[in-house]
Amino acid sequence: MDPVSILLGGFASGMVLFIVSVGLSVTMGLMGFVNLAHGGFAMLGGYAIVLAMKHWGLDFFPALALAVAAIAALSIVLERLFYARLYRATELDQVLFTIGLVFVMTAAVTLGVGPETQVITLPEWLRGQTDLGFMQYRTYSLALIAAGSALMIGLWLGFERTRIGARIRAAVDNRRMAQSMGVDVGRLFTLTFALGSGLAAAGGGLGAEILGLDPNYPLRYLVYFLIVVAVGGLGRVTGVFFAALLIGVLDFVLKIYFPKGGTIFIYALTLILLLWRPQGLFGKRA
Amino acid sequence: MSAATGLARRHRFRPWELLPWAAGIAVFFAFPNYLAFGTQVLITILFALSLDLVLGYAGIVTLGHAAFFGAGAYTVGMLAQHLGWNEPLSGVVAGALVAGTIGLASGFVLLRTHGLTLLMLTLCTMTLLEQAANMGAAWTGGFDGMPSLAFSKILGLYSFDVLYFRSQYLYAFVVLALCFLVVRTLIYSSFGQSLTGIRENLLRMHAVGAPVRGRLIIAYTMSAALAGVAGALFAQTTGYVNLAVLGLERAAGVLIVLILGGYGRLYGAFVGAIAYMVLEHVLAKAYPTAWQLGLGLTLVAVSLFARNGVIGLFDTLRRRFARPAP
Repeated sequence: MDPVSILLGGFASGMVLFIVSVGLSVTMGLMGFVNLAHGGFAMLGGYAIVLAMKHWGLDFFPALALAVAAIAALSIVLERLFYARLYRATELDQVLFTIGLVFVMTAAVTLGVGPETQVITLPEWLRGQTDLGFMQYRTYSLALIAAGSALMIGLWLGFERTRIGARIRAAVDNRRMAQSMGVDVGRLFTLTFALGSGLAAAGGGLGAEILGLDPNYPLRYLVYFLIVVAVGGLGRVTGVFFAALLIGVLDFVLKIYFPKGGTIFIYALTLILLLWRPQGLFGKRA
Repeated sequence: MSAATGLARRHRFRPWELLPWAAGIAVFFAFPNYLAFGTQVLITILFALSLDLVLGYAGIVTLGHAAFFGAGAYTVGMLAQHLGWNEPLSGVVAGALVAGTIGLASGFVLLRTHGLTLLMLTLCTMTLLEQAANMGAAWTGGFDGMPSLAFSKILGLYSFDVLYFRSQYLYAFVVLALCFLVVRTLIYSSFGQSLTGIRENLLRMHAVGAPVRGRLIIAYTMSAALAGVAGALFAQTTGYVNLAVLGLERAAGVLIVLILGGYGRLYGAFVGAIAYMVLEHVLAKAYPTAWQLGLGLTLVAVSLFARNGVIGLFDTLRRRFARPAP
């Protein structure tokens, strides 16, 4: 394969990783909450799209919007009811709670929908190939790259240019100081948690082409999402973006040239990186 | 009895501590048809006990403990498959050595971090080993693993009992008892006390001059070796090894076992393993999805309401109903 198509393919899967993981990075950065159930929200989002399209006959984009709203609402309920009780708990309790939540989500989906892999039908105009002038490439991958980049710019503007963004950055850098300046970190967390889960739901639906969609999704990709966050740095939107692209391209290349277990390099690199810079490639030193 | 003498005598054996072992022997005679299952329970107890040493006592939160279980299992499997090294006891020792070495090496570099980074690093180490086992198909059998391993007689006397698992059960029982004695002695030694100190107040332990990192590395290595023993026993008693011994699900499973029983208590591993595996045996085969749902709900409930597991619940009840001190 030529370098441009490799890059484009890698970018497309990187964008999916970014859309799913960015919320995880911000919520972990805000509260230091180890949320292993984040991939579960992505899976539920994908299933919400599938069900809305199948049973209510919605088109892809209305279904996507509905799924994002539904999962964001669900995450607010879960956050207020359960997550909020565990902010001050040990990591172990957080790990247990979120693993339990993953099991519940997986079982609920298996019981309610079934264990088989789901296919999301894309709209006509997103299928097929697009002529880029110098080459043909899959329209959907290009659309993913465009959507991910637009989201990145939107989030960056939101983080850097709005008051809420400034509060979030302040709370990530120093929660106690932000609190004593009058920032309601609890409410910020609820807000970013809902936003992050909604984005994960979108990522689950948009990425179903690349990552697939079945009840084991949250556990299968858990390590990947965590790696993206760990490499990008906690609470760093731009960091997560570059980390996701890096890992997307790396994964794509390794899967082509070393189809048998080439991903071992990603784990090895992550290990070395985290030992060298525990705060991630783009994170600030604590 | 004053508090000081109570503390000084706390390592002494109490009569009720014989109970689990008596029960283990009683099971051997009472349920001859369930010994294959019983053997797996014993191995799970040992695995959970090894996790308790790092998680419950030293306070190292790890998501990758199956790495050491898998290392032990694969060591025994590869020795038997490729080198014809079928002697069980030396196999267990080899498994412990390999897992312990991996524990020492990874502990040496990993234990300078903590919190989320440490969680990620343990997870990455395990996934790395899993991928390596998947890639090195010539040695490890890759995705299919090593489906049929044969071992010679234990001590040259007792052959592995394929039908009733009698010798396997007793073999696992004796190994568990020996490992338990090691862990028990360790926990009540000054070394074990310093581990608890590190868990409870890291800053203070640094301040009193305790060699914190060295202690943690030693505990991690010993725990890895014990997990390796459990893995080696698993490979020998079941006669197969595959990628599942190294997976996230096994790592999460043993965490759940320990939490259900209660961590940081010697017998939590026993209670947790028995409760979990009996329930799984009864429910998982008939209703696999409902089992997962129930497990998830239990975990959620435990993390929210019963942070010390089953034994912790009993302790709370006992305290509530005990007569107030005069």
